[in-house]
Amino acid sequence: MELVNPFVLLPIAAAAFFAAGYAHDAQFAAHMGLISLLALGLSVWRVATMDPARPVPALAASPAQTRPGMPYYMDGPIRYGTVATVFWGIVGFLVGVLIAAQLAWPDLNLEPYLNFSRLRPLHTSGVIFAFGGNALIATSFYIVQRTTAARLFGGNLAWFVFWGYQLFIVLAATGYLMGVTQSKEYAEPEWYIDIWLTIVWVAYLVVFLGTLVRRKEPHIYVANWFFLAFIVTIALLHVVNNLAVPVSFLGSKSYPAFSGVQDALVQWWYGHNAVGFFLTAGFLGMMYYFIPKQVNRPVYSYRLSIVHFWSLIFMYIWAGPHHLHYTALPDWAQTLGMVFSVMLWMPSWGGMINGLMTLSGAWDKLRTDPVLRMLVIAVAFYGMATFEGPMMSIKAVNSLSHYTDWTIGHVHSGALGWNGMITFGAIYYLVPRLWNTNGLYSLRLVNWHFWLATIGIVLYAASMWVAGITQGLMWREYDAEGYLVWSFAETVAAMNPFYVIRMLGGLLYLVGGLLMAFNVWRTIRSAAPAAHPVGVVQPAE
Amino acid sequence: MNLYETLRHFADSWGLLALALVFLAIVLWAFRPGSKRAYRDQADIPFKYDPEDRNRE
Repeated sequence: MELVNPFVLLPIAAAAFFAAGYAHDAQFAAHMGLISLLALGLSVWRVATMDPARPVPALAASPAQTRPGMPYYMDGPIRYGTVATVFWGIVGFLVGVLIAAQLAWPDLNLEPYLNFSRLRPLHTSGVIFAFGGNALIATSFYIVQRTTAARLFGGNLAWFVFWGYQLFIVLAATGYLMGVTQSKEYAEPEWYIDIWLTIVWVAYLVVFLGTLVRRKEPHIYVANWFFLAFIVTIALLHVVNNLAVPVSFLGSKSYPAFSGVQDALVQWWYGHNAVGFFLTAGFLGMMYYFIPKQVNRPVYSYRLSIVHFWSLIFMYIWAGPHHLHYTALPDWAQTLGMVFSVMLWMPSWGGMINGLMTLSGAWDKLRTDPVLRMLVIAVAFYGMATFEGPMMSIKAVNSLSHYTDWTIGHVHSGALGWNGMITFGAIYYLVPRLWNTNGLYSLRLVNWHFWLATIGIVLYAASMWVAGITQGLMWREYDAEGYLVWSFAETVAAMNPFYVIRMLGGLLYLVGGLLMAFNVWRTIRSAAPAAHPVGVVQPAE
Repeated sequence: MNLYETLRHFADSWGLLALALVFLAIVLWAFRPGSKRAYRDQADIPFKYDPEDRNRE
């Protein structure tokens, strides 16, 4: 079915127009107005570019796809997804640097739209869901086709997944700036945005599963198992955690179905498994494909990868309660979360060893191949973050680390080190292949990116360790009479130098990202004109 | 016993046992005899359908 069609779009535009007119709050009106304008604009564009004399042209295949004997892969949404990953990455890093600066210099809080509390979810959603999500969708579409020898299932459904996901990002991001939030960490978007994401996600599952079903390779390669676990689990987490009752069907506000400690547990069951399945399982799918490909040798142990997969799946889902140590959550649940978090250390390191040992006999390539270096340091950071995490989940350690900046440092060594670096490596791998160019524009720039990002992460993580432990120790220090030694404001003031260092670390990481954007842009521009121009709107046939 | 207690007791007795056994079975299955050859072939999948790897070995 053709969705970009005036007969579909105009009723949507009209419905959204009336929803905007009768909206109960300005934010909902703005979002419905945006949807109305988008639908109207798309149908006008569709009619204006329609040429009845000419049949609809099929998407041209890039030369690599039409080689005799090779399957015809669908790479259009992957190209767009790769560019979107770079774009949202820059946006997310930029907002991150801005909010880091706001913490160091509070005068930078610009009321009401650009204050810390509105920009912070913009940063987290921007890097996790916009940057990470686009990377996951693009790489999963790339990998599933090339490991099953089948074209993406569902035709234009893959385009719907791409554009639908961008709409979700735009609605969520503009909503945060206008104050639309349900105040659940990493699940801030309100009910109507959640419903839209559910629709897009089901379409994503259909495309992915359908491609697996019509595979020509009998065995499903392990990377696809990780991607499938990621898609299915995120669907489950998203639906359960966002169960809510809207106050009105024409308003943005809703109330969650759970309350009190149940709500907290559901939220952190969601929150930690978003880390476990979005930021870990999905990105492990990338690791199990791009590292073997870049080293040009198969994964160290395929058997280990299977054990890795199942132990990760069996254990991760129980680890969430470690976010709720020393709260109203029953003690047994806290201990359960801690025990499973500590056990998780084993599969995590099994996976890390599997990724690193894939290089055995080819370690020399690290000296000459900056893209491989990026992929490998990602795995090294995965190992570090998955060692630190279980340690912090131990109740005694958590009593010092919880609510301090140590947690933020931990998250960023995983997010910047593992997710960021493996995505950069994947982008550098994908761009020359997707646009069929003769390699990257500049490997020296990749090298610069590597060092800027690595030094940025080191500055970030180290400053947050010092800040977090300082904070934790100051908060718990009593004098001989049993009074707290430090007022809260004093502990905040003590953080200032570390916040400045953290901001500098983030700035280096952002500059690295800008170098990547430049490198990617120049690589794409060097592509033969026959390849798809990017940035030019393409009919979604 | 109310529903919460019933579910909790099920979860930390039979539920726990069943999941542990399923997991153990999967791990044992991964080490089944004769699997080495299959794994060697399966690990090669990323190189089988990529045009640029046509000339590999």
